[in-house]
Amino acid sequence: MLSESSLFLKGVLLGSVFCVLMTMLGHIKIDYGKRTHHHERHHLQRHHLQAPNKEDILKISEDERTELSKSFRVYCIILVKPKDVRLWAAVKETWAKHCDKAEFFSSENVKVFESVNMETNDIKAYKYAFDKYRDQYNWFFLAHPTTFAIIENLKYFLLKKNSSQPFYLGHTAKSGDLEYVSVGGGIVLSIESIKRLNSLLSIPEKCPEKGRMVREVSEDKQLAVCLKYAGVFAENAEDSKGKDVFNTKSVGIFIREAMTNHPNQVVEGCCSDMAITFNGLTCNQMYVMMYGVYHLRAFGHVFNDVLVFLPVNGSDND
Amino acid sequence: MSEIHFREMASKSWLNILTFLCGSAVGFVLCSQLLSILLEEQKDIQPSILHNDPHARHSDDSEQNHLEGQMNFDADASQHKDENTDIAEKLYQKVKILCWVMTGPQNLEKKAKHVKATWAQRCNKVLFMSSEENKDFPAVGLKTREGRDQLYWKTIKAFQYVHDHYLEDADWFMKADDDTYVILDNLRWLLSKYNPEEPIYFGRRFKPYVKQGYMSGGAGYVLSKEALKRFVEAFKTDKCTHSSSIEDLALGRCMEIINVEAGDSRDTTGKETFHPFVPEHHLIKGYLPRTFWYWNYNYYPPVEGPGCCSDLAVSFHYVDPTTMYELEYLVYHLRPYGYLYRYQPALPEKILKEQQNIPPLILNNLH
Repeated sequence: MLSESSLFLKGVLLGSVFCVLMTMLGHIKIDYGKRTHHHERHHLQRHHLQAPNKEDILKISEDERTELSKSFRVYCIILVKPKDVRLWAAVKETWAKHCDKAEFFSSENVKVFESVNMETNDIKAYKYAFDKYRDQYNWFFLAHPTTFAIIENLKYFLLKKNSSQPFYLGHTAKSGDLEYVSVGGGIVLSIESIKRLNSLLSIPEKCPEKGRMVREVSEDKQLAVCLKYAGVFAENAEDSKGKDVFNTKSVGIFIREAMTNHPNQVVEGCCSDMAITFNGLTCNQMYVMMYGVYHLRAFGHVFNDVLVFLPVNGSDND
Repeated sequence: MSEIHFREMASKSWLNILTFLCGSAVGFVLCSQLLSILLEEQKDIQPSILHNDPHARHSDDSEQNHLEGQMNFDADASQHKDENTDIAEKLYQKVKILCWVMTGPQNLEKKAKHVKATWAQRCNKVLFMSSEENKDFPAVGLKTREGRDQLYWKTIKAFQYVHDHYLEDADWFMKADDDTYVILDNLRWLLSKYNPEEPIYFGRRFKPYVKQGYMSGGAGYVLSKEALKRFVEAFKTDKCTHSSSIEDLALGRCMEIINVEAGDSRDTTGKETFHPFVPEHHLIKGYLPRTFWYWNYNYYPPVEGPGCCSDLAVSFHYVDPTTMYELEYLVYHLRPYGYLYRYQPALPEKILKEQQNIPPLILNNLH
């Protein structure tokens, strides 16, 4: 009897030890997964790139914070068509002022606005940007004028990312095997990615500058194909809760969907607090978003942010 | 002989193995339960340190008319990890606001529901006023009829109800419609400079018909405790008329008769805080045509475009359900990281007196 009970107890001991080991291993596996360098990839998986979380931020010192705020130099490319004149004006007067530099690319010159004259094509635009600005900016953001962007949140998202790595970020989608960033949500490329893109442009078979032979292939997919050849892969940008920060829909659409799908958690289920873009806005909505983001707030809610961004000169919308 | 012995031994070793396996299974299960409890505790500890919305701690009312937090605000605590709401919470304690929302049986599910899901929970107390009682919502029954011509009568009865049941439970008494969106934190900032024992009321001030002006009904208005007392008293003594088809004007006239001051609700830069329309209508130049009544009604010079609306706006009107949630998202969720807002309003004196309790970082960062 004694031998049996001691055997039982030994069993209990072994079982507990085994359990603890497994739990520990489980945690180590998760940690390892987090720290795994994002450049290791499997082509068929969706790649998620996360905003920095609090623990990472606290490790940055005071001086580093100031330096960091200034170290993000974002050049914005907005591809416009002449018929978009009103949207063009709205973007110019609103969020584009928060880019370190913003230029509008149009295939036709419109008297009222300055623009860079070229066929509105993602790839050409990026090449132009690289040729002209490679030394001055380290991040390149491309959007259409129906998109509203919060550049401060973009810079926050890029906080722990080195621009000399090949980043290609935004709201991703899949077309067969190809994972690409939807232009509707905005496309972000690091300087390294543009360098690589540029070097490929000399090989027209791989990456033609002009429009493709196959006209149906949309520009954002084309860009993805070119970048893929250069070893640059699309990554979906998410916050620490897994919510997309680049959005191809407007806030209103998200809210309406949430009211149908989860009516008890409408705002919680909607969008990220650190959203960077929304798409499908009218001009009026651009101004409303500027007010809603840069002005309207609740008194007494204070945030301890690592970065500091001052209001821009010559702007009355923020 | 040896065979039996062998069998005995075999069965005994089977038994041993079984015992051992049982033991290890039990050990494993017990241990995993213990570990999961321990790990859960770790997760549970974190939220109590975080500063969450004020209302989460104040649902101590047991009366059935009070709304308990049915909706899960800030369920995603991690998005608000960097947020410090000490000042908002202090104001919640010091400037007690009772809100009552004008609604009706047809609108409880269509409109009032969304008010309840968004800003209403931030009132110190909130009541939904309808012509008939609804125990489930819950809504107070004023025993009136419904309709535009009943608005003033409903208003009188609602204020009377509030006075009779909740006078000592709040300092200020806010009326709003079921299509008004109110930012309580900003209302508290505005009212913190005033004494609720003084006869004063605030809202979007209109100039016609009443010498000192009157407050737009839809944009919402808020009465001090003294103003409420005088208002209710005025009907008992017939100082004010009971009937009118224009609620806000009638109330404004009454306020003037009983010497309740029409306050200036603009912020310290002169921008309006109560708004009779949604932001888009005020922000877009030319949206409201020049022939529109609004331009002649505003007490202070009306502004369209970016100067229309205070950063610390208190209310918007004609807000449909979708826009309720959009405003909620824009005010309490979406923000530009690290941005130093142009308008840096001062801390109210009530908070300044307790300055030593507030860490300097927060004082400096105060928007």
